[in-house]
Amino acid sequence: MVNWEYSESIESQDIVSIKDKYQNFVNGKFQQPNSKKYIDTISPSSEEFLSKIVISNEKDVDKAVESAQMGFEKWTNTTPYERSKYLFKLARLIQERSREFAVLESLDGGKPIKESRDFDLPQVAANFFYFAGWADKIDLSWGAKSLKPYGVVGQIIPWNFPLLMLAWKVAPALATGNTVVLKPAETTSLTALLFAELCEQAGIPDGVVNIITGDGTTGSLIVNHKDINKIAFTGSTQVGKLIQKSLAGRDVGLTLELGGKAANIVYEDAAIDQAVEGVVNGIFFNQGHVCCAGSRLLLQESIHDEFITKLEKRMQTLRVGNPLDKNTDIGAVNSKEQLNKIEELVNEGVSDGGKIFQTECELPGNGFWFKPTLFTDVQPSYSIAREEIFGPVLTTLTFRTPQEAIEIANNTEYGLSAGVWTEKGSKILWTADKLEAGVVWANTFNKFDPASPFGGYKESGFGREGGRHGLLSYLKAES
Amino acid sequence: MNNKTGVLSFNWDKTLELLKDSRIDSVGLNDRVDSLATRSIKKESKLEALNMLVSMCDLTTLEGEDTEGKISQMVAKAIVPNPNDLEIKNVAAVCVYPSLVSIAKEKIGNSSVKVAAVSSYFPSGQVPMESKLLDTKYAIDSGADEIDIVINRKAFLEGDYRKVYDEILALKEVCGDVHLKTILEVGDLRTYENIRKASLISLAAGSDFIKTSTGKLSVGSSRQACYVMAKAVLDFKNLSGLSAGIKVAGGIRDAKDAIRYLVLIKEEMGNEWLTPDLFRFGASSLLDDVLKQIKKLKTGAYQASYYFPRG
Repeated sequence: MVNWEYSESIESQDIVSIKDKYQNFVNGKFQQPNSKKYIDTISPSSEEFLSKIVISNEKDVDKAVESAQMGFEKWTNTTPYERSKYLFKLARLIQERSREFAVLESLDGGKPIKESRDFDLPQVAANFFYFAGWADKIDLSWGAKSLKPYGVVGQIIPWNFPLLMLAWKVAPALATGNTVVLKPAETTSLTALLFAELCEQAGIPDGVVNIITGDGTTGSLIVNHKDINKIAFTGSTQVGKLIQKSLAGRDVGLTLELGGKAANIVYEDAAIDQAVEGVVNGIFFNQGHVCCAGSRLLLQESIHDEFITKLEKRMQTLRVGNPLDKNTDIGAVNSKEQLNKIEELVNEGVSDGGKIFQTECELPGNGFWFKPTLFTDVQPSYSIAREEIFGPVLTTLTFRTPQEAIEIANNTEYGLSAGVWTEKGSKILWTADKLEAGVVWANTFNKFDPASPFGGYKESGFGREGGRHGLLSYLKAES
Repeated sequence: MNNKTGVLSFNWDKTLELLKDSRIDSVGLNDRVDSLATRSIKKESKLEALNMLVSMCDLTTLEGEDTEGKISQMVAKAIVPNPNDLEIKNVAAVCVYPSLVSIAKEKIGNSSVKVAAVSSYFPSGQVPMESKLLDTKYAIDSGADEIDIVINRKAFLEGDYRKVYDEILALKEVCGDVHLKTILEVGDLRTYENIRKASLISLAAGSDFIKTSTGKLSVGSSRQACYVMAKAVLDFKNLSGLSAGIKVAGGIRDAKDAIRYLVLIKEEMGNEWLTPDLFRFGASSLLDDVLKQIKKLKTGAYQASYYFPRG
């Protein structure tokens, strides 16, 4: 038998230039921060040092908010048509420099280049194009007098899709006439800082986009700042709750996009081979660091064994390794901290009595890695069936009837997304209608379009991003 | 389950049972096939792939204008694909019309290149069964090592699956130990469900290989069709324990496209399917591009066609 293996096919890093140390981007330029506290940002696939970023302090936040206030004066008096032009310019620049962004995203965050190149960056550009198109049509859609921008928006984004989450936040905020103070996650700040360069290149008026780095303390300073008019947060439910508490009693707008534990329901009359693909994509996409990941596989009992056999076989072909190798399917876990959390939950799943299957892949020596993992024989009471693992770990539950599938699917505090697999159209509609989830995918998973609103039910948050609904998250009724 | 010739086949009831599950989601299938096409095959793995392509090639000429001279040229190329690079071994087979089998066989001599004949009134198959049997018998008597037949698309599209099955079964009986490749003509079947059904019927009736196309339609092979067939072969193996082969043919002209088929087979079926015994390419011009690519990998020079002897 031949043993045909793919040779390494590494995307060159030459295209990116990373500075030794970064400043904050405030009032249209990179500026020396007041804080002296810096942390290293490393590549999670090699643990190599990439750069230093500052943990911004109160003075830095003050300065950024003040800059955004001054920026708002200008931006609000810029015609919608001009704002649209700026956004189109950003969209085109992102496309022009997309390879540079993709390499940097994979280097800094650990995701495979295949995904940053073919998913993240095309989506980033698509979001800017989409909201650029809206910028001068908002009046037509809702009437100019009734809705106004908030003013200064604080935006705090996570590390799983660093640049894409920036796009989801910045594009609609600017299109609706707001200005922003954005804080990327401390492990993945580099693409946001490169985006700041793009804002300079595009000639975005000073103070409209402000990007400051930092950790949770910086985030908290932004949330509690007296001159912030709205907060948009994507991250954990735990932090989301803290933010909501801090804002209680204040006239500050809030949208939260939080955790999830999505059910991916496979009925016995599904196209099995494609359902297997969809389930794999649903959980192993981006190492499972996806808030809408299909992390609970709900299988109809009649197809359980056949499905699991096919799924395990397919999982064995997943290629885990260097994120910059074009043939890598699964990259590195984003941080040591996240890896510890995944390991802890998986160990709990084993001691609870779940049956574990992991692929036979070899993991690199350095960096943070976790093998693609499947649990069967899981009871709904196990923590792996209830808590968001946020890693490449799939938990299988079984059901007997469609009614039971719905009960299990909705038996969670989350409600961000869900998947339904059946060839029967009426069953798709019936199921989707009963699922308490913001997004329901039918016979597919993890499909995104800037025109489609995204957001959660229950503890997965509130407010919508994307589409016409996404604009409303950045507009308020004029009293 | 053995028929007269001792070849494993499924009886009709069992075949009907197989056909029940033909659910395919085209969006998901297309996504998967597209994602496999992004694999980056470079350096050693590319050279290995190119050499595999040569070894899996059924060098084909199926024209009314085919003569002894043309067959001689093609056979010479099949045995020694590139006289300037003897590291490149012979192709798997030459594929010709029945009337040219004896000539091809004679020219091949002791070489391990096989002679495949298209029969059963390739490409349309629109003749009575007696004629198909005679056509096939003639090719076998002339020395064909492998027989490529076409399924009865008229019967298939009219819903008479039983007739499609019975014909293949009867032709397999004529073939005996001679390798039978059954052409589905996916360009006529159009839908993925039809391709899956036709694959399962052909496998159940005892085909050693299933093949995408005749190469005579504007719609030839596609990686999507190949994927559907691969899944059918795997499902059939699970039930019968038999490993059938797949031949893709029709419109595969360059090495890059052909390597994408190899990726698909490797990732969906495993390395054990990457052998000429289980995977073939039917093509007339693919080999030339493969030879050029090998030359380029070895020397860095992408040479003009006139450096490669024609077949």
